[in-house]
This record gives sequence, structure tokens and C-alpha cells, in this order.
Amino acid sequence: MATSEASQKQITVMNPDKVSRRGFLGNVLVGWGLFLAGAHVGLLGCVRFLFPNVLFEPPQSFKADLPNTYAEGVDERFKNTNGVWLVKTVSDPLSGRPADAGMFALSTTCTHLGCIPNWLAADLKFKCPCHGSGFRMSGMNFEGPAPRPLERHRIAFADDGQILVDKSQKYQWEKGQWINPESFLKI
Amino acid sequence: MALFESFFNSLASPELYTLIFTGVFLLYCARYRLLTRPGWVVGISLAIALFFIIGAQNHDFMTIIAKGDNMPIVIMIFAVFWCLSLAFRQAAVNDMRIEKGEPPTEALDSNKKVLVWPDLIYPEFVCTVLLTAIFIAWGIAVEAPLEEPASGTRAPNPAKAPWYFLGLQEMLVYFDPWLAGVVLPGMIVVGLMAIPYIDTNPRGNGYFTFKERPFAIGMFLFGFIVLWVSLVIMGTFLRGPNWNFFGPFEYWDPHKIEPLVNVNLSEFIWVGMGNTRLPDNPLIREAPGILLILAYFVITPALLAKTILKKFFHEMGFARFSILIMLLLGMASLPIKMLLRWTINLKYVVAIPEWFFNI
Ligand code: FES
Repeated sequence: MATSEASQKQITVMNPDKVSRRGFLGNVLVGWGLFLAGAHVGLLGCVRFLFPNVLFEPPQSFKADLPNTYAEGVDERFKNTNGVWLVKTVSDPLSGRPADAGMFALSTTCTHLGCIPNWLAADLKFKCPCHGSGFRMSGMNFEGPAPRPLERHRIAFADDGQILVDKSQKYQWEKGQWINPESFLKI
Repeated sequence: MALFESFFNSLASPELYTLIFTGVFLLYCARYRLLTRPGWVVGISLAIALFFIIGAQNHDFMTIIAKGDNMPIVIMIFAVFWCLSLAFRQAAVNDMRIEKGEPPTEALDSNKKVLVWPDLIYPEFVCTVLLTAIFIAWGIAVEAPLEEPASGTRAPNPAKAPWYFLGLQEMLVYFDPWLAGVVLPGMIVVGLMAIPYIDTNPRGNGYFTFKERPFAIGMFLFGFIVLWVSLVIMGTFLRGPNWNFFGPFEYWDPHKIEPLVNVNLSEFIWVGMGNTRLPDNPLIREAPGILLILAYFVITPALLAKTILKKFFHEMGFARFSILIMLLLGMASLPIKMLLRWTINLKYVVAIPEWFFNI
């Protein structure tokens, strides 16, 4: 008896005359709508942070000294500043043909997950410290999990005879882009 | 000492290490009634401790275990072993009782009710205080393993993930990032969530047992112990500069040369066996690998359903069984791929870098 009285009382308390069930739901809807709208405006505001006003990044394209300052092999002078290895070969690194002496710019980003490999001069290979991918001097992947070779960047002569590297252009071996003359500088 | 070091160094080749680890795990599951006796647990713990104490005389090993990052792993080795022993001990006792027709020990105290306060909150509070004290002391005594300032152009060598992610990092060595970093972890999470829906076997509810459900418990523990804990240990003690394998007592020489030229399955087939050039069309080139993967995921389940897992198939029905088998095959793909890499240097079964698709 007592319980049924109590529940009776509760129902009357929870259902006062002022707000009908439908009206309550409408209020809830408006409230949540406003809240979600506000949340989305906040989210949009966060998207703004993806586009900073100032970017402290080295320019994408830079001059990389005169070719005769390079010795044969891998040069690391622009690795830390610009993320590029400049490699000078006396033979075509792909076919081994001695015909083409030249230079190319290798990206320092591992094609596996984006770590920075080290150049091991004694072993003549790039070796990634994260999962052990290895790349030959040409950039070809030959050990570890990296699925494709290192990317090359555009390389050309500037007006003053210096080397010009443009990182906004990339050439991928698996797409057959290494035959592009802009990926290899003949000297 | 030299003998001790060279003995363990020789065991530390990845194939041998994994085989021994798996063997010990299987042995433990088979002989859990004996090995979880208190005397054995103490004895094994002492043996592990002795290994670390003797090993610590070696400078290279000492450098590894004394690093702040790696202390949790030494603790973890003991903690995992003790938790396992505790659970298996109770399972062993129950299994023996059930064999004799008695109810499991848990049935005896099932009517006993305890109060949240003080029975639960009080021990929790004591643990909180104790752990806080331990962590503060630890934090004061051990230097944080800070490295040089982070730089976008240089990575430490070896670059190791936090210790609890070393298993994931090890997976990344064998699979393409989208598999090892997205699909397989996703399968782990979803698979763990799916357990209550796949496993409707009521036995073992509310009491410890191993004999009544060796498959379920064994599979779960295989995934956890052999494919996660053992990889964490491997990543800590056996992986050195350039992510090469080193014995635990070996000097981490960054110039250690390991011939690791990896070969894709397509190269094995076309160049190695067929003596031809790789076909230009990636689909034709990778056809053997694609067929192999399809066979793995289609024919193996059918075979298993007809043979050793026949009982499961009938009890679970088609849908449940398929999900179970897919999860199991996904799990098994890791050790299979690891062994293939270590033994025949297989890189990818399907390798289509043109489309970012490698398996
Ligand atoms: S990021 Fe270089 S091997 Fe994984």
C-alpha cells in the first residue's frame, strides 16, 4: 500500500502541469541543438590552428653550392637543414652504366613510417633506426620493411651555376619517375 | 661467465628465441599442475632473478636493464609470471577437485557477501598509498631517461617505442604500416570485444579452470604471452642499433653488418623459379601471392572446419566460426610472417608498392 502511494506521489511530482511531455522533449531538442552547434563552431575554430600565421620552415627550394664542391658519394651537408641527401655518382646508380655521371637529391624520409635513416659510410647504405629498413646509395630499398625506395627531389642548375634543389617536386621509382631528367642532374 | 654469456647469446637468434619461448609456454600449459606448485614458482622466480644478477655483471647487459625505460620490463617479466602462476594454481586446484566430483573452491564462498566499505575501499586505499609511496621513491631514485632534444632531422639509433608498444613496433618490421599499424591492432581490439559473442561456453564462469577450456584460454594466452610479452622482451633486450638483432650480452655495435637482403614472393616465383623477368602488370606479377593469401583465408578455414575444429564448427554455427577463424588466422599470420622473414628473408607476400598495397 505504502509503495503505491509513494509512486503515485512521484508521478505527480514528475509531471507538473506546466511542462507537457512533448514540450519537454522540444526543450531538450533545442538545448542539445544549441550545444552541438556551439561545439561545432568550437571545432571549426580548432581547424584554424592547422593554418599557422608564420611557419618557421626552410624554403622548399634552395641552392646547394657548386657541383665541384661535392665528392663522389653521399653528402650530408643539407640533411639537417633541408632534409635532403645529395648524391654524386660516376656511374648510373640503377644500371651501373658508367655513362652518366651526375647528381641526385634523395629525401631523408624513410618510406616505411617516416623516420630519418642514417648514412652508414662504411657499409655504403642508408639504415633506418626505427624498423631496420636499408637503402642503397641510389635510394633503392633492399632490406627491412620499407615497401619502396627513397623519393628523389627535383634537381637542376641555377643561373649562377649552383645546384638548385626543389623539394616540392618528388620522383618515385615505383611510378617510373626516376627516368625523368629533372630527377637526375648530369654533369 | 664467458660461457654463460655466449650460451645465452647463441640462444638469442630470433628464430631460436621464439621457438624456445613458445616451447616453454606450451610446456607450462601442459604441466601447469606441477609447475604452479609453490616450490616450483619460487624456484623459477629465483632462476630468473639469478639470470639477471649474473647477467648484470656484463657491462652491456647492465646498461640495458639499468635504463629507466627498461626497469618496468624486468618487473613485468616477474609480474606476468606470478599472475599467471596465481591463476593457473587456482585452476589446477579446481581441476583436481572437479575430477574428484567436488565443486570448485569458488562455490564454497559464493554465499559470503562483503561490504564495499570497509572490505573493498579499505584495501584499495592502502594499495593507493603504498603505490604512491613506491612511485615517489622510484621517481626520486631513478633519473628520467631523457635523450637529446627532439629534432625533425635526426632519429636516435635505435629509435625505440615506449616499452608497452615494442610489440607493435616489432610487428611493423614484418608488415606494411597499414597492416601492422591499423588493421592488426584493430583486429586485436575488435577481437577482444567480440569474445563474449563468440565464446558462449558457460564453463569456467565464476571459477578458475584450465582443463575445461584449454582452447579458449590457451589461444588467448598465446596471443598475449607469446605474441605480445615476448615481443616486448625481444624489443628491449635483443634489438640494437639499426634495429639489428643482438644477443643480450653483445656490444651494441652500430656498424654490425647483417646481410638482410629481402626478397618478395613474386621475385622468388618469377625470377627464382621461373627464370623470367617480373611481369610488368602488378596484378599478374603478384598473382601467386594473392592466390596464396586467398587460399590462407578461404581454404584453411574450410579445412579446419572439416578436420580438427569440426566440433567447434558444429557447436558454434557458420557465422561465429568464421569470425573466430578469421581472428585466429589474423593472429597466426604474425608468427608465420616473422618466421618466413627470419628463415628465407621473405619481404612481402603481395607487394604492390604502386598502389600502396603490401601484405
Ligand atoms: S620508419 Fe624506417 S624502417 Fe620503419
